[in-house]
Amino acid sequence: MIGDKLHIVVCIKQTSSSTNAQFDAKKATVQAAGAQAAINPFDEYAIEEGVRIRERLNSKATVHALSLGPAEAESSLREAIAKGCDGATLLSDPQFEGSDTAATAYLLQKGIEKLGKLKGPVDLVLCGKQTNDSDAGVVGTQVAAWWDVPSAASVRKVVEIAPGNPGKVVVGRMMEDGTDTLEMSLPAVLSIVKEINEPRIASLKGKMASRKAEIAVWRLSDLEAEVEKIGAAGSALRMGETYPPPKRSGGEVIEGKSPQEKAKKLLQKLKETKLL
Amino acid sequence: MPSDIWCVAEQRRGTFLPTIQELLSIGKKLARELQEKLTVITIGSGVESAAREFGKYGAERVLVVDHPALAHYTDEGHARALAEVVRKEDPRALLFPCSANGRSWAGRCAVLLEAGLGTDVTELTIDPQSKTLKMVRPCCGASLLMPLSCRTRFPQMAAVRPGAFPRAEIQAGKTPEVRKIDLDPSRWKLRTQFKGFEEDHSQVKDIAQAEIIVSGGYGVGGADGFSLLEELAKLLGGAVGASRRAVDLGWIPYRHQVGLTGRTIKPRLYIACGISGQIQHLAGMSQSDVIVAINKDSQAPLMKLCNYAVEGDLFELLPALIEEIKKSKG
Repeated sequence: MIGDKLHIVVCIKQTSSSTNAQFDAKKATVQAAGAQAAINPFDEYAIEEGVRIRERLNSKATVHALSLGPAEAESSLREAIAKGCDGATLLSDPQFEGSDTAATAYLLQKGIEKLGKLKGPVDLVLCGKQTNDSDAGVVGTQVAAWWDVPSAASVRKVVEIAPGNPGKVVVGRMMEDGTDTLEMSLPAVLSIVKEINEPRIASLKGKMASRKAEIAVWRLSDLEAEVEKIGAAGSALRMGETYPPPKRSGGEVIEGKSPQEKAKKLLQKLKETKLL
Repeated sequence: MPSDIWCVAEQRRGTFLPTIQELLSIGKKLARELQEKLTVITIGSGVESAAREFGKYGAERVLVVDHPALAHYTDEGHARALAEVVRKEDPRALLFPCSANGRSWAGRCAVLLEAGLGTDVTELTIDPQSKTLKMVRPCCGASLLMPLSCRTRFPQMAAVRPGAFPRAEIQAGKTPEVRKIDLDPSRWKLRTQFKGFEEDHSQVKDIAQAEIIVSGGYGVGGADGFSLLEELAKLLGGAVGASRRAVDLGWIPYRHQVGLTGRTIKPRLYIACGISGQIQHLAGMSQSDVIVAINKDSQAPLMKLCNYAVEGDLFELLPALIEEIKKSKG
């Protein structure tokens, strides 16, 4: 809490728009060059949910965006402020490069810890379901593991949020067969799925705020983090050079004079391949 | 010394998900190469007798953590329980299903165990020298494949994409060693409570568990059009999928959405009806074994990428296909 305000942190990542992605095999990240850099589309829902929780609590909450990435990622943090976040911090250091998801989550958790010390303990962390580049989809649950707090993935609804001592959050978790309801004490980490909301576009007021905002950049030396746990050397997972998948063997066009003839031929083919 | 391949059996309300059979088929291959044991680990409440059944799919050993507090999956409870057993038993590798919960479970365990974790793994082999896992996963919307390995640190962890491997077949006459492991989660002060479950009645079958998916896009024209797809899916014992556009237009619920912002699936047969095949959609289904595309536009990207392209009006073709299938079934 920051005074009587719920302290929410939204973790975001800058990626390039998925249509025109340039992939950097070494860094396992989409390069900004050539493609337009933007907030990972899944993280937009996390930002929006943070802003909606603040509205639900009649502004008795503050939403802070946190990102780990190169200096250029600052533009995405400004975008997050334009979309309603109250402030933003960037974790950026050449030594962070090559971190796997567990190491990335470790650094984000250290950032959250520091935000807590500076402003007031963090109550709720929101993450997108996954990123559109290295798409591992486990950063949220791993932040919670390092922090030793409860977490839930695939959150489609924040049913209830109640600050207090301890506060609690009740969520709907989207499963393959329906929806689970879970209650967690705060602090907690939620990974959000797209279904939860419809992100708004940046307001004029938000855009003005984003221009004026001062975005702190924290290096490794600013965090109480162990260097052995980060970067390529500190990561337990090694990522190799990417390569294109084998091309599908050329498609066969099913010809026929009538829909019935085509349907018959298609069914024949599917039976030949023992699919039906 | 770390030894054995462990497959994590995910259960929902006492029923095991079929992903365990897929993990057992690839797990068995790896265990044979290493000449080590194939083990199933499961965590739940009242699951012991059902867990014995894994012997017929090739498991040589079944470990069961059975406790009412672990009846329903929660990140903190299940990760803590699994990590405690792993620390005691020292397996070489842990294979998880990369389902919604399996992914999260594996992620949290990887931190607790300081282990390397590959997610969405679609290829899995053993490096003969180091006896570590060699993994491959699609990334960047399946436009590229990335090899992954763990540093020689155990356990090695892989969350395997559902459908990436065939299901293990039933074998006769094997009785696995079943061992119950006592843990007391009541002492862990868990902060997550399971409050309830609401079933989604809207669907015939979930797309993640279907071997055949009939999927619709903008060309389906509306919610009514999807009933035709549903009819075909039912007839084939499959499920209904959809493109982002069809979902955004409100024709079908989000959980059916296939693609980058939806779900990733790998069925044996994917029948795309009126889907042009934008890269975001391909990201979710390009790993399907066989793809059929039905489209009015022969120039649509998916018509070029699929195994069988049928040009034409889906409202004529699908009823004809349904008719033919009914005829052939007699």
